[in-house]
Amino acid sequence: MPVHVLLIVAGVLSLFPLYWLFLTSLSPTQYVVRVPPEVVPRELTVSNYQRLFETTPIVRWLVNTIVIAGVITVFHLLFDSMAGYAFAKRRFPGKDVMFWLVVSTLTVPAQVTLIPVFFILRTLGLLDTYPGVILPGLADVFGVFLMKQFIQTLPSEYEHAARVDGASEWQVYRHIIVPLSRPALAVLAIFTFQRYWNAFIFPLVILRDPAKYPVQVGLATLQGEFNTDYGMLMTGAAVAALPLIAVFFAFQRYFIEGIRIGGVKG
Amino acid sequence: MTAALRRHGWSYLFVLPTFSLFVVFTLLPVAQGLVLSLQDARVTGGSFIGLANFGTLADDPVFRQALGNTVLYATVVVAAQVTLALIVASLIQPLGTKSRVFYRALFYLPLVNSAILVAIVWRWIFNPNPFGLANATLGVFGVGPFLWIGSSDQALLAVILSAVLTIPGGGVVLYSAAMGSLPRELYEAADLEGAGPFAKWRHITVPLLRPTTLYLVVVYTILAFQVFERVYIMTNGGGPNNATITIVQLIYSTAFQFGRYGLASAMAVVLFLMAMVVAVVQFRSLRTDVEY
Repeated sequence: MPVHVLLIVAGVLSLFPLYWLFLTSLSPTQYVVRVPPEVVPRELTVSNYQRLFETTPIVRWLVNTIVIAGVITVFHLLFDSMAGYAFAKRRFPGKDVMFWLVVSTLTVPAQVTLIPVFFILRTLGLLDTYPGVILPGLADVFGVFLMKQFIQTLPSEYEHAARVDGASEWQVYRHIIVPLSRPALAVLAIFTFQRYWNAFIFPLVILRDPAKYPVQVGLATLQGEFNTDYGMLMTGAAVAALPLIAVFFAFQRYFIEGIRIGGVKG
Repeated sequence: MTAALRRHGWSYLFVLPTFSLFVVFTLLPVAQGLVLSLQDARVTGGSFIGLANFGTLADDPVFRQALGNTVLYATVVVAAQVTLALIVASLIQPLGTKSRVFYRALFYLPLVNSAILVAIVWRWIFNPNPFGLANATLGVFGVGPFLWIGSSDQALLAVILSAVLTIPGGGVVLYSAAMGSLPRELYEAADLEGAGPFAKWRHITVPLLRPTTLYLVVVYTILAFQVFERVYIMTNGGGPNNATITIVQLIYSTAFQFGRYGLASAMAVVLFLMAMVVAVVQFRSLRTDVEY
């Protein structure tokens, strides 16, 4: 029993910032700066939410984020499973070198490529465009590694049988590998979506037009604009947090599974 | 060549999309970053200047401050995170499966949130006013109020505390999974010798978890080296007198606010080398590790 008490206290402390966020977003302005702060609300209101939706492009930012993170996720599912399959199951000249190159960049901090990617996008004329944010997002190789590790564990008999039955190489991938890889694909989808929902420094650097911002960059500009309007800030943050929290509760199992398969670098 | 293409065409086709994107947006940029670090690249491009940028960095007090802050932040935060993860996972382990699943989810939930969001909340908690939650809480014990992010002495402490005060859910899950697969025999042998629960934890569990510990130390360290959003949001990108400036924050402002791309690339190379040293240390210690 004392163990449970200890763990619950730790969990509540961990979740407290999140509680505080939602509480503040639902509090009338005069309570927000009260001394001492009230941890249990006396009165709740949605007026902050009304102000947020009326005075900021938060809806546009959310839509942008869904599009950017969604497109990146879909392409990662397709490309990473294809490459993972080739690296796990097929033999071809150059495979080892290619895979070694991929793996050797796994620990390179993303910010190392920030400035060169900025230049490349400028050369391609893709600065301040959605493809400019999406394309570099497709280059991270965590998913290839994850899919290769998983597909390696699949038995090869199904593939051989399908080939004997005259299936094309694409059909083997599409009808044997993809269905068997569903658990790993679910993990990859959730991790990728979360990662690009929360991405900050790349879109911050690549995008200029506030109408194209994803919600995290938008939030950072709210921070500058409403520096001391905590109610408004917390409400913006709450709105940005809600979709991912919903995804977490719906697919909780895969988050935990993802950590076990892919490590903490999600 | 054509025969090889015909035989292996499909394989290359499967790898092509990912690999070409990887080459253009990761591999070439890493190489180009190295080249840029040797150039005097400003907004308009620049000429080759050898290692001069690194000399500039070595003499620059702001960069030294950023390097020191980043290393201090990483050391404290990683030590705290790994220790907390180990303790929490150890407490969860003896419980039933249902409780374990519940607690893993409980500790993982806060990590779903973006660094920006977390930083916005902590900025408010550590604001210098008496209604700031940190001050109000300490006020109950008659301590403070402190200036926190408003003071050059306390701003970095506030940033570090904001990271330390969250249970690292990913680490808990990994430790918890690793504990589930430890060999039973050692514990049974220890039982026969009458060892208590703490002795078993100290002398069997902790040593056997060493590979997980190493992995977590490396990954958390590399992530901590990249700390940016917390500083950018909590302390407006560096705090009073650059008290909280970090390497990534300085890369960002040097390149994208002051247009000194060459100098910023040299900082990125330093960051790259720091991450590489940590990764190599892990690789070497894992190689000498005892298998169980």
